[in-house]
Amino acid sequence: MTASDGTIVSLENVAKHFGAVRALDGVDLRVDPGMCLGLVGHNGAGKSTLMNALAGILAPDRGVMKVHGHDLTDRYSVAVAGQNGIRCVFQELSLCPNLTVAENARIFHPSLTGWGWKRRAGDMIAGKLDEIFPGHGIQPDDIVGDLSIGKRQMVEIARAFTVTDASLHLVILDEPTSSLDAVTSKQLLDFVRVEVDQGLSCILISHMLGEVLDYCDRIVVMKDGLVVAARAGAEFNRDTLVAAMGNVVEMEEIEEHEAREWQRGKTPVAVEAKTDTGNDWAPFIAHKGEIVGLAGLAAHGQTRMLLKIYEAAMRGRKTATVSGPVALVAGDRQTDGIFHLWSISRNIGIRSLRGMVRRGLIDPVAEAAMGREWQDRIKIKTPDMNDNILSLSGGNQQKALFARALASDAEIILMDDPMRGVDVGTKLEVYDLIRDEAEKGRTFLWYTTEMDELYNCDHTYVFRDGAIVADLTRKELSEEKVLQSSFKESA
Amino acid sequence: MLDALTSPRFLRAALPAASFAILLAAIFYVQPRAMSYFGMNLMLQYTVPIALATIAQMFIITVNDLDLSIGPFVGLTACIGATMLADTPLLGLVALAACVAAYAALGALIHLRNLPSLVVTLGMSFVWLGIAVLVLPTPGGTAPGWVKAVVGLKTPYVPYPIIAAVAIGLVVHLALMTSSYGAVLRGAGGNPRAIGRAGWSLLKIKMVMYSAAGFFGVLSGLSLIGLTSAADAHIADRYTLYAIAGVILGGGEFVGGRVSPIGAVIGAMTLTLTGSFLTFLKISPDWQIGAQGGILIIVLALRALINRREG
Repeated sequence: MTASDGTIVSLENVAKHFGAVRALDGVDLRVDPGMCLGLVGHNGAGKSTLMNALAGILAPDRGVMKVHGHDLTDRYSVAVAGQNGIRCVFQELSLCPNLTVAENARIFHPSLTGWGWKRRAGDMIAGKLDEIFPGHGIQPDDIVGDLSIGKRQMVEIARAFTVTDASLHLVILDEPTSSLDAVTSKQLLDFVRVEVDQGLSCILISHMLGEVLDYCDRIVVMKDGLVVAARAGAEFNRDTLVAAMGNVVEMEEIEEHEAREWQRGKTPVAVEAKTDTGNDWAPFIAHKGEIVGLAGLAAHGQTRMLLKIYEAAMRGRKTATVSGPVALVAGDRQTDGIFHLWSISRNIGIRSLRGMVRRGLIDPVAEAAMGREWQDRIKIKTPDMNDNILSLSGGNQQKALFARALASDAEIILMDDPMRGVDVGTKLEVYDLIRDEAEKGRTFLWYTTEMDELYNCDHTYVFRDGAIVADLTRKELSEEKVLQSSFKESA
Repeated sequence: MLDALTSPRFLRAALPAASFAILLAAIFYVQPRAMSYFGMNLMLQYTVPIALATIAQMFIITVNDLDLSIGPFVGLTACIGATMLADTPLLGLVALAACVAAYAALGALIHLRNLPSLVVTLGMSFVWLGIAVLVLPTPGGTAPGWVKAVVGLKTPYVPYPIIAAVAIGLVVHLALMTSSYGAVLRGAGGNPRAIGRAGWSLLKIKMVMYSAAGFFGVLSGLSLIGLTSAADAHIADRYTLYAIAGVILGGGEFVGGRVSPIGAVIGAMTLTLTGSFLTFLKISPDWQIGAQGGILIIVLALRALINRREG
């Protein structure tokens, strides 16, 4: 087979098994030039495995892999992928935090050597950042570890689009917008559209179905390691897409919640706080049993507010009034959430150790019982709760973190954008759980960068530059209002 | 401007130099006569071997490992230098090259078998010591004339150890911090998986870093016998901890590939000066090691404060 029909990559019957787990079970996929291909499916459906195979990190167990018409199945590797112009932006960031932005760009390009490489690498990455994310505020000599998670993701994305010697044909984006706010997400997706119209191809893996529906020419739905649907983007709508993914939960449940809106102020105040800026439009108040949203662009003081409340509760600081014990569900689960070396049960039990102590030691029976209880309640998919936490998929790890908070004695649960990169099914399950717990009297403070999640909240505060700039009831809440407040010119 | 000067990044970089300057000022205050060409030369003459051993340790720390054998290794190369290299130069050079190759092999072993470097190097420290005792059973030997000549250079105005230390710092800075492959090497400490995914060989990186460490260990051993003119298997046992302390004092961190060659050299100089300072204060040598530890703790506490401000 020598003549190529222009296809960039084609996979035939590709399979990859990890022990008994069939991550890929015979997948066919074709990417043509100038195509934006959306890839959706639950966590654990095999999307990331498929991407790793395309990137040359995992060698498939069987199947045929052709790049530009050449059969490369047996000699495919990261380097070969790079030579053929195939790049990946991974879900977990793959930048070196100790290096500068420019140095990270160099790592991608073996040919960037010799005198002045730093300046050339810096110019290249800065140019690409300007092109994709105008007004990004990132300098090439910034140390990556000092940047916020959103900016790191911008660097990572821009890096994937930089070109030196090998020409670029296909960029695979895995959850590229999970740490970006609405504006930068749109900048990215618009950029992708422009590049695709000029002949580049993209694979967009995303849980934001709106993004996939709006920007992709073709949508491939995966489930249990198989492709279950592959059609032109225009043939799908939100409902059919969710149905194809095998999600039977109705999206209308959120609407129903509206009807049960809390009569704000009928229960006692659980949390009262102000930001340090002194520019708050209103104080931050949460009543018992309420779900309160913290909205706005990413990293505009929402996490700081949550930490402030956390410190007030845990360390007795007088910076905020908190009525009861709190628990925090971390958003950056790899750094702030899970204990990598511990079992799932132990990861869940850590917040409740005080109740599980017998004769000065942790009671293993109580710990296992708590693990089992929450495995059932929150549906953590694992054969054994004593397995290491890293054996779980990302969404299930996040469930374990929710279980940790909900299993504790905390009356107030702080959530620091915990749904990053979590699939729709898991999200809906967790939303239900949150509403149930709120009805039982727990208070939830929920920082989220996703508009859809705010509709689960009874009340929403919008943050900008560290201060509260809007105070919206459920009825007043709309995407337009939140965006408007997020970008209001400061007087 | 003031913002740049009080930014955590700048403070972190400036802390090693500031600690060194404060210590030097304290010494001049206690003992003004030290403020002379001769005084500085005397106080800092052992800086060069310690700085070289510190740089060796820094290469290992860059890739998230720790070398507990650098002291005995420096001792071994000193013994080889004072015997074989002096008697049969060719054989000596081959033996020293073999030492560097052994370090590269250790790096490969640690990477391929995914072994903890602490365990491997702790074991190897006894191996180096054993070989050193075989090479030179009793203290003695003679340093080759050319080694003594290089180490004993007299420079006008600025004492030689300072010039040598600055040169070492700058050369390694150029190689590790500004070269394009240096970025890859440091990246392997920051996020090895990312480096692997970008198509670089982590095995090669580990081997390069370990052989660089071996090479600087050899230089350290040779410069040491240049000063002492004889060797002993135990001559550099303390260097293991000096080297670790020097890297950390110089702004390096145990994990994450955050290192600074110039800082490491300054850290080594600070450690050497601490000894003199405590002597000038008439503190009994029994307390010196403890006092050195105290200075280390103060500097690290300051760094923790800076880092907290950043977070």
